[in-house]
Amino acid sequence: MVTTAPTNLVYKRPESFTVTPTHYCPGCTHGVAHRLVAEVLEEMDLVDRTIGVASVGCSVFTYNYFDTDFVEAPHGRAPAMATGIKRVLPDRIVFTYQGDGDLASIGMGEIVHAAARGENITVIFINNANYGMTGGQMAPTTLPGMKTTSSPLGRDVETQGHPIRMSEMLATLDGTGYVVRRSMHDPKNIRLAKKAIRLAFETQVRGLGFSLVELLSTCPTNWGMTPVQALKFVEEHMVPAFPLGDYKVATGVAQVKV
Amino acid sequence: MTRELWKGNEAIAEAAIRAGLEAYFGYPITPQTEILEYLSRRMPELGRAFVQAEAELGAINMVYGAACAGVRVMSTSSSPGVSLMMEGLSYIAGTELPAVLVNVMRGGPGLGNIAPAQSDYNQAVHGGGHGDYKPIVLAPASVQEAIDLMVLSFDLAEKYRSICMVILDGSIGQMMEPAQMPEMKPIRRADWEWATDGRMGKRERRILTSIYLDPIEEETTNLRILSRWKAVQANEVRYKEYFLDDAEFVIVGFGTAGRVALSAVRAARQQGIRVGLLRPITVSPFPFEVIDKLAEHASAFLVTEMNAGQMLDDVRLAVRGRTPIEFYGRPGGVVPFPDEILSEVQRIAAGPLSIVSDPRDAWYERMMATAR
Ligand SMILES: Cc1ncc(C[n+]2csc(CCOP(=O)(O)OP(=O)(O)O)c2C)c(N)n1
Ligand code: SF4
Repeated sequence: MVTTAPTNLVYKRPESFTVTPTHYCPGCTHGVAHRLVAEVLEEMDLVDRTIGVASVGCSVFTYNYFDTDFVEAPHGRAPAMATGIKRVLPDRIVFTYQGDGDLASIGMGEIVHAAARGENITVIFINNANYGMTGGQMAPTTLPGMKTTSSPLGRDVETQGHPIRMSEMLATLDGTGYVVRRSMHDPKNIRLAKKAIRLAFETQVRGLGFSLVELLSTCPTNWGMTPVQALKFVEEHMVPAFPLGDYKVATGVAQVKV
Repeated sequence: MTRELWKGNEAIAEAAIRAGLEAYFGYPITPQTEILEYLSRRMPELGRAFVQAEAELGAINMVYGAACAGVRVMSTSSSPGVSLMMEGLSYIAGTELPAVLVNVMRGGPGLGNIAPAQSDYNQAVHGGGHGDYKPIVLAPASVQEAIDLMVLSFDLAEKYRSICMVILDGSIGQMMEPAQMPEMKPIRRADWEWATDGRMGKRERRILTSIYLDPIEEETTNLRILSRWKAVQANEVRYKEYFLDDAEFVIVGFGTAGRVALSAVRAARQQGIRVGLLRPITVSPFPFEVIDKLAEHASAFLVTEMNAGQMLDDVRLAVRGRTPIEFYGRPGGVVPFPDEILSEVQRIAAGPLSIVSDPRDAWYERMMATAR
């Protein structure tokens, strides 16, 4: 391994990451989201008492990267597993990491009820508008007209339904403490995303209820784009369909300064 | 300790608490709802976790999560709800975790009815979720036995990192019987070498998963699960024998069907018929060896079940065509009367009997004849 003299060091692996080569495709923003979570856990000194819940999707192996305890849930059931863990270990930090097929399709029941119960857990929700792992099929978040392997002519909302805006929906539930949508398409937005992840974990640490950060994400492989085109697609097409913003910031959370 | 009157379902709930139940997750379904209701009051009272889940799917995955954390956890349900839990059970088995599940079975398939049945024997013993795994399955025939087996279920689940199911039917769930509760056990959090309860400055991180992409690694996992099962088979077979010492005819029945058969056995004995009863308590591991030995001397077996012949196939496996087997079952939520089983015993004692390939055929003909 090449080591850099500390004086020249401007960027390094967070301590909360293991030394593992990434399995994500080039240009995929799953890796960016991982790093943001790792940095926040480290900055808040939570690594030692955090238990992650991986889901089924491209991020199924997310547990390989974090130096925390981890479990791997059945497809869509991560919020229920997280509930089981948090209820018996209330002083631990429990977070799920879920894709949009996992959270908004097969796991719709689990996420809605975990939020409604106000489970004191944090959800990192990766919205890349398709099912990455299984090869790019239509997800509940696929944009109208967007071509996927199971909507080859483009999503026809007449027969294939409309995209679901999860953050807006979940924010209507009284059990939620913090629900926001951010994007990862440029450095500025990535910084804002990190701040949101920080606030989500602060919400949990303070016992202020369910917290969720939806992150607009790329899937260059299945979108058939270069990494740069994919980032542009997020900015130009996903952001308008999934507006960035704070959908629920409970009073207690609003007072948190980070 | 004195004996008190306990209703089956509530006795199960209290026995689980006394055994150190730390977390319960469930969903209402008749005829087991009293367990959930009882625990909704008792668990918070004791500062323990209780969640009424959004569905059995959620409930079993909450169980899965709490099991990963290394605590004593259970869910309870009835047939349709247990079907919904099969995904979670397979994952729990694949992750090699201890968990307890009670199924107060009802008439099926489909929504069926809420009457007592043993319709889920195959689902519990032979299958359910996908993949190769075998849960330990205990079948009580009285309220006292339900209490004792609840306590045992947690010990077995932990000892073998296995799912332990307790299967019974609504008649035991709803009946009141005098029974003795065990002493309250203090909550004891074992320091499992596998639990994902946070590093907490003590150790390296741990991962609990049921995914092994490399087939060789998955095969190794399957063999490890099987090796624990071999130990279960060698050490944990439990059953009860009644009047078997000199028995010419042997009835095999579990749970309520076994209990009803015992009344029939007593009545037949008064008529001089040398009949006995084998009542498996662990239907999984099944008492194959005991039946194998009985088959050396018995002149016939009668299998009685509250289904259309599910445990029957396991008895056939043990008897291996050496002795005639007759079957008497009442599927759909019908509980047989002792008289019905007594007349089966009389018919068998009168003979002649033959070894047939499927004892269900003759039973089916008789059922259709009485139905007509
Ligand atoms: C019960 C079940 N159904 C289907 C699958 C197959 N499957 C695996 S990943 C996946 C989709 C995941 O997509 P998403 O949650 O959007 O995550 P991504 O891969 O895009 O990150 C599906 C359908 C499964 N593993 N389990
Ligand atoms: S398939 Fe898509 S979501 Fe999955 S790793 Fe590749 S780019 Fe990322």
